[in-house]
Amino acid sequence: MSTASQFFHALWLSLAVSGSAALISAVIGIPLGALLSEFEFPGRKTILTIVHAFMGLPPVVVGLYTFLVIMRTGPLGSIGLEYTVTVMVIVQVILATPIVAGFTHASLSEVDSRLAMQAMSLGATRIQATIVKIRQAREGMVASVIAGFGRVIAEVGAVSIVGGAITGKTDTITTLIVKQTRLGVYTSAALLGLVLIAISILVNVFLTRLQAGKGASEIGKRVTGYSD
Amino acid sequence: MRKDYGGRTVLDIERLEVRSGETLAVLGPSGCGKSVLLRLLNLLESPTAGTILFHGEPVRGGPGNRSLDVSRRMAMVFQDPLLFRGSVEDNVGYGLKVRKVPVAERVQRARDMLDAVGLGDLLSQNVSTLSGGEAQRIAVARALVIKPEVLMLDEPFANLDPPTRHLLQEDTRSILREQGISAIFVTHDQEEAARMGDRILVMDNGKIAQEGLAREIFHEPETEFVARFMGVENILRGEIRESSEGIARVAVDGGSIEVTTDREAGRSVTLGIRPEDVTLVPVADIESRASSRNSFIGTVTAIEMRGPIARVTLACPFELVAIITWRSAVELDIETGARFGARFKAVAVVVIDDDTRLVRDINEAEGPK
Repeated sequence: MSTASQFFHALWLSLAVSGSAALISAVIGIPLGALLSEFEFPGRKTILTIVHAFMGLPPVVVGLYTFLVIMRTGPLGSIGLEYTVTVMVIVQVILATPIVAGFTHASLSEVDSRLAMQAMSLGATRIQATIVKIRQAREGMVASVIAGFGRVIAEVGAVSIVGGAITGKTDTITTLIVKQTRLGVYTSAALLGLVLIAISILVNVFLTRLQAGKGASEIGKRVTGYSD
Repeated sequence: MRKDYGGRTVLDIERLEVRSGETLAVLGPSGCGKSVLLRLLNLLESPTAGTILFHGEPVRGGPGNRSLDVSRRMAMVFQDPLLFRGSVEDNVGYGLKVRKVPVAERVQRARDMLDAVGLGDLLSQNVSTLSGGEAQRIAVARALVIKPEVLMLDEPFANLDPPTRHLLQEDTRSILREQGISAIFVTHDQEEAARMGDRILVMDNGKIAQEGLAREIFHEPETEFVARFMGVENILRGEIRESSEGIARVAVDGGSIEVTTDREAGRSVTLGIRPEDVTLVPVADIESRASSRNSFIGTVTAIEMRGPIARVTLACPFELVAIITWRSAVELDIETGARFGARFKAVAVVVIDDDTRLVRDINEAEGPK
């Protein structure tokens, strides 16, 4: 496979894997974060602590333990996930979900709790009231998913272990950079690096704008309805 | 019904009834439990003890436990508008949306409701651009559009300037009357309570201090707390020395007060006089009409100008507070240290039943049952 096609394949794969992982993490993480924020149940504090702890999981360790489970000679080896794109998405979901859930929980906690009370006093069920709060902290939800995406698109440890960095099949931007640097294909590696930096910058610009634009005073204004 | 938070009883009511179509004003100082009462009645929280009946049927409250169908026949408006992000139309239609009313009908009813309160042109505006008064009116419209049987309002106009407040009081009162909506209106403002309520409930420290018509609460307070809260600033304790033909002479510290009452001689009483019922006159007036009832001469110890009125404190020698117009204060040339006459009618004196205080004291001594 030519350097150029490897380059473009890696680009596409990174976006596809991390993009899918981010979306799946959103589907799991946002409701989880909302549940932890809005509902009381036994073990809530413990689960929240675990979520916060897992936000900093080292990718290579997640990759390692996942590999030990799905490798051909492992307990779930028969599923045949070893060195597949699927398991790459799975590890990135494991990495991104705590971030999405944690950010979601934090954003919702900042929303005026009386809004949920107001919604319920108008006839909303608890879930409907939670949706009101989610809409109110919309930016926080989006930020949580972007943060999750930013984390996983830049990681190399997890995807290289479970994916094997197979040329043209499971090589992402990050794993290809490592490979090409070792092989002396510096130009391509450097270009890939630039692409990754650009993506990183975009992610952070989005995050900063989302957080700055929707400061507490803005949200407060909407709640009390005053514009002066 | 009782409600405890962390071991502390914040509400303890034996019995409360809200009648269909009436507006019950709940009046009391901050921390008296009136907001807790509202949240319990709106089924947002559940009582620690006791039952709430809706049309005679027991209902449940609290997160995860609410009788949702009953809860949906009520609505609440809070002190802050608490509008949701989005347009005015989204907000006003919210209650209808959670009740799964189809979009077209929802939009139409929202539009009609806004037109009815004169805010039709705000329909598609984003709520972040509204003024305080507009936002609160939208909040009220949002609650009314679902046609609740009971509307709860928790100091809804407290944050508004007086003209806007009066406008909203009038509008709300007429809509409630027109549609026969029962309402529970919590406030710390006596005037508002009198304006909005068919009946008034005065609360003190989680308990009901008095319940009745505005006239009764203002002019026939049953306890010293209610009297003071309703602005009867002059409270004097004494003993009835003589009583005949409906007039009694009560000996208080430093003088004698004549009161219209049937109570007999020998009884201890607590008297209350509204400062508005005390007239200030030059000393000469008092001296020339020596036989006049309830006329005293005192020295001005304090003057407080409050916009159009003046609050004057006299030592007669017992303390007497009078509220007179600013103009009168100027005409009489009132100043601290000057001597003035104070006069009030025998009928203006309220007898606050000492028996009530006695009963309360006994209850406190026995402890909670």
